[in-house]
This record gives sequence, structure tokens and C-alpha cells, in this order.
Amino acid sequence: MALRAQTGPYFGEFGGRFVPESLVAALDELSEAYTLAKLDPAFGEELAELGRSYTGRPSIITEVPRFAEHAGGARIILKREDLNHTGSHKINNVLGQALLTRRIGKKRVIAETGAGQHGVATATAAALFGLECTIYMGEVDTERQALNVARMRLLGAEVIPVKTGSRTLKDAINDAMRDWVTNVETTNYIFGTVAGPHPFPEMVRDFQAIVGEEARQQVIDLTGGLPTAVAACVGGGSNAIGIFHAFLDDADVALYGFEAGGDGVDTPRHAATISKGRPGVLHGARSYLLQDEDGQTIESHSISAGLDYPGVGPEHSWLAALGRATYLPITDDAAMQALRLLSRTEGIIPAIESAHALAGALDLGRELGRDATILVNLSGRGDKDMETAARYFELLDGSAE
Amino acid sequence: MRNVGAVIRRRNEEAAGALIGYLPVGFPTLDESVEAAVALVENGVDVLELGLPYSDPVMDGTVIQAATVQALANGFRLAHGFEAVRRVTERVDAPVLVMTYWNPVVQYGVDRFADDLAAAGGAGLITPDLIPDEAGDWLAASERTGLDRVFLAAPSSTDARIRQAVEASRGFVYAVSTMGITGARTDVDQAARGLVGRLREAGAEASCVGLGISTAEQVAEVLEYAEGAIVGSALVKALADGGIEAAGALAAELARGTARK
Repeated sequence: MALRAQTGPYFGEFGGRFVPESLVAALDELSEAYTLAKLDPAFGEELAELGRSYTGRPSIITEVPRFAEHAGGARIILKREDLNHTGSHKINNVLGQALLTRRIGKKRVIAETGAGQHGVATATAAALFGLECTIYMGEVDTERQALNVARMRLLGAEVIPVKTGSRTLKDAINDAMRDWVTNVETTNYIFGTVAGPHPFPEMVRDFQAIVGEEARQQVIDLTGGLPTAVAACVGGGSNAIGIFHAFLDDADVALYGFEAGGDGVDTPRHAATISKGRPGVLHGARSYLLQDEDGQTIESHSISAGLDYPGVGPEHSWLAALGRATYLPITDDAAMQALRLLSRTEGIIPAIESAHALAGALDLGRELGRDATILVNLSGRGDKDMETAARYFELLDGSAE
Repeated sequence: MRNVGAVIRRRNEEAAGALIGYLPVGFPTLDESVEAAVALVENGVDVLELGLPYSDPVMDGTVIQAATVQALANGFRLAHGFEAVRRVTERVDAPVLVMTYWNPVVQYGVDRFADDLAAAGGAGLITPDLIPDEAGDWLAASERTGLDRVFLAAPSSTDARIRQAVEASRGFVYAVSTMGITGARTDVDQAARGLVGRLREAGAEASCVGLGISTAEQVAEVLEYAEGAIVGSALVKALADGGIEAAGALAAELARGTARK
């Protein structure tokens, strides 16, 4: 069977629905609505039209030769999801799930967010569709992504800072799930990544697959062939699965997911789930997980809020187990250096998340050499990260103490 | 082995039904959690539910979360769970179920967990984030060891899923009183009454209602239609605020609700 044809609930030994019984009816309802929507040409057409007239699809590709000089001369091509409305790939999935929410007839949506990109995208879709919207965001993340908090509130969403556990993305998911268990009759959970219980990994993947479908043809049109390698950052893994998916059955195209290596994977401060974790159950799915001997989740660390997650989507665990995709860690510093390099050589300021993929591409290019073409998913723009970058590189007068 | 089903049957013969009390292991300390559990039984709790603190307890509200976070910060390990079961069952006759999220069991090894729980004198498991659909390993391990397995049923569960919960469960079926997470509520949802009726029609011998029960009056109300009433957050709050004595006193008060009217 073609790898692309794989559906949930299981991806090999990964996936499933490890949830409270109270959520099963909602997950069944969502699965059924999604199955019917997929069969309904009107749904696909409405989503495509939103892509064209609201998101700005197709997003362009940009070849970056000055940046590529630092990557051993390999050709590097960026898929510009940073140019989407709301500034990242997250809008692709959110519009799909918001359309589904309307089909189900629910009036309230909730979402978790790490960096705030998924929260902003959800708040945006809620405004567009006239839905009530509550966003759960770890308190730590509300501090490091204050601008996105303001954005969500401006869009009319309620933002609830989550003060439990590590006060980051994983705890935001816990609180969003608690909200959903309590308010499931009126509320749909717009999940932001390819993790969580079935049908989310499959559904979010399908909504993000447009990224790879466009990029595959765009690269062929530009270069006359398929890329040598495709690179993306991996937190939960939605932008990565989005760009990988069209290439899964192109056996000659190497797929690389770059995880957040934090201070280094030999330190306790990282979020390199596949590189350093082992299979377990978190947030409704069996997948790779950073955990201790007793199965308690270990708090992750990354300079990038969007990658600061101790789990990963089950399809990535499956692709890693199959050997179809390779997952490697990138440290905070390597990502920040790549962020600055792209800014200075190409005039494109990437999100810190996406900078992990750029840093990975620099390594890959040196390894693969001049004949290689590397397609990188530039999943988001760096506007939201300016405060972190300013502090990191001491860019503001008076802030350099 | 102590039989949860037999205790619930006996309490429905001699009283209005069974009182099931929850406390997390290791809160405020391992020793005090053992003493508090013993105090619950000495004050009229019929079946104990000992919770294993877990880093991501999605079914728990703020009271239980705060307690389990503290237990984890104090160094709770899974081995303490088995130790607590052993120490409690050495002291009192009430059956002890362990309530645990699923990942700790997976990481310990499902068979090894079942063996060690049985060896410690435990009666079985309540698994809030494991539905029968995903429970193949646990169904096999509990068959082999004779441990009880308590699955949840919710007001939103379809008839097919109600039947599945009844067939998969042994000991009792945990009827979620309302759509929500743990935490005391002023009104226990009327949905519980309907749910218990559906469970009985599907062949459940015992249904126990949990989530939101905090007073003797609520216990009495639930026992009008269910075989057992489960109290968690209220007991944890009493333990947190007033220590073992307060937890015992609340248990005694709640046990008044089991009196036959």
C-alpha cells in the first residue's frame, strides 16, 4: 500500500484513542463529519476557495542562493508558508476544522497554543465564522509570546493562561481537553497539530497536505525534477507532515524532520522527542514521548515555544520506525544562527520554529553537496519572535546589559 | 482476594449502597496518605480508590491536580503505589482499587503491573483514559490475574458503548455523573440517573456514580438509583485543609448517606 494512503486510527503501532469515555462521542461525531465532508465536493471547494481568497494560496516558493552558499552550495528552496494570512501554516488546518465545526453545528471552539500561531489562526477563523473562541496557552508562553496574546484578544478570543504543570503547550492541551470533556455538547476542539486522538492526526495531516502538494509541483516546475531532500521542523509535527506527505511514496526523496535540541540532546533541556524519547501514551495517542522510567512526562525545553512539546504526532513515530523519515535535533543556538543568517542573506525573517529546519538544511547541504536540491518548509514568519531574537542577539539599545 | 463486587452487593443488602472513597497516594506524604486511607475505611468507606499521581491528569480538576502535583514534587514513584496498597490492605479489610492513567502502566509493563498489584493485595484498576477499545493487554492481564477492571461510562456514551463498558468491566462500572472532570459540584447531574438506568438495562450488576459528589445528601440521592457513590475531590480537600482527622470526619459524615431510608 502506498504510504500516502495510510489513515488513522493507527499508524503501525502508533496512534489510537486513549481518551476518557466522555470524549468518545465527540471524537466519533468529528470522525463521521470529517468522513462525510471528504466525500462532499462542496466542502473541498469551499476550503480551496478560502485558501485562494483568504489565506493567499498557493504560497510561493523562493530559491535562496545567498543563504545556500553557507550550505555547501546545494540548492535551497523555501516553501513560503510564512506568507499565509496569520503568518504560518497553521491557518490551513484551522480553516478546515472551522468549516467542520459549522457542519457539526457547534457555536464554540477551543484550542491550545504554544507559540500562539495556532491560537491566532483559530481566533482568526472564529472571527471569520462568527464562533465563540477560547484559547488555552501556557503561562510561560503567554509571557514569551505576548504579542500573539494581544492578537488573539483583538480578534475577539478569550485567552486563558494555563498555570499548571510546566505552564507550556502540553499543559495547555490538558486544560483544553478538560474544557472539552466539560463542554463537549456545545464545543468543538480545533486541535493544532498531528498529535492527539484519532481523527486529529489524520485530519490535520489532510488539511496540511496542501503544502507538499503545491511544493512538489512548484519544485518540479522550477528545477525539472524532485528535490533530493525535504526538511521541516517538528514539534507536534503538522508543518512537517504537511510538506512530507506528497513525497512519502517518492522513494528517492529523503525526508528530514528537525526536532528542538534545546541546550543539546545530552542535556536535560531539549524537546527532541523521537531522537531521545520512547513510545508511550500522551494526549490521546501512542507515540514517541519524553518520559521518565515511571511514564511521567518530562518537561521539554526549546527556545521556540512552538516546538516546546514532549510528544510528537503518531504518523511521525511511524515514519521514523519505518525509516522513511529521519529525525535529527537542532540546538537553540544553531536555530538562532540560521534565523539570523536567512535574515541577513535573503531578507526573510523566519519563525524560530522554522529556523530549526533552516539549520538542518545547512547541515544537509554540506553533507549532500552541490548537486542536491533541498526543499525547506518555511512554516512561519519571525515577527512574533522579535523580542526573543532582540534579547538573543542584543539588538535593542539599552537592552544589552 | 478482596472482592469489590461482593462488598458492593453486601452494602446494597444491608444499607442503601456502597461508599467509595478516593485519595491520591503520596499526598501530603506517603505515610499520611496510607493513614488517611485507613481512616476513611474506619469511618465508613466501603471501597478505596487509591490514585497514582500522574504528570498529565486530563480527567482531574484543580483540587486533585494540586494534590498530585505536590505528591510528584515530593518524589512519588510507582513503587510507592504498590507499597501503599500493601500497607492499607494489611490494616483494613476494604478492597483497594488503584486509579491510574494509562501511560504509567504501559511503561511499567502491563503484565508486571498486574502481577505486582495482585501481590500487594490490590483489587484491580480504574482507568480513566483507557477505553475498552484500546485495552487488549489489560483485559488479558486482568483475566490472568483475576483483578477487577473498572471502565467508565458517560451520559454521551452510545448504547453500543454502554454494553461494551458493561461487558468489559468487572467489579463495577464507573458512571460519570455529568459531562466534566473531577471536582465537587452543588448539583449532581440528573444525567447520572438516566445513565445508571441504561447501564442496568445493559446488564450491569453494579454501577457507581462519581464526579461532583461531596455531601451525605448527595450520597443518599445517588444511592437511590445506583449501587455505589464515589467521592474524591471533597475528601482530598478535607485532607489538604484539615489533615487525616478531617478526612476521616468527612468520611463518617458521607457514610450517613448510605443509611437505608
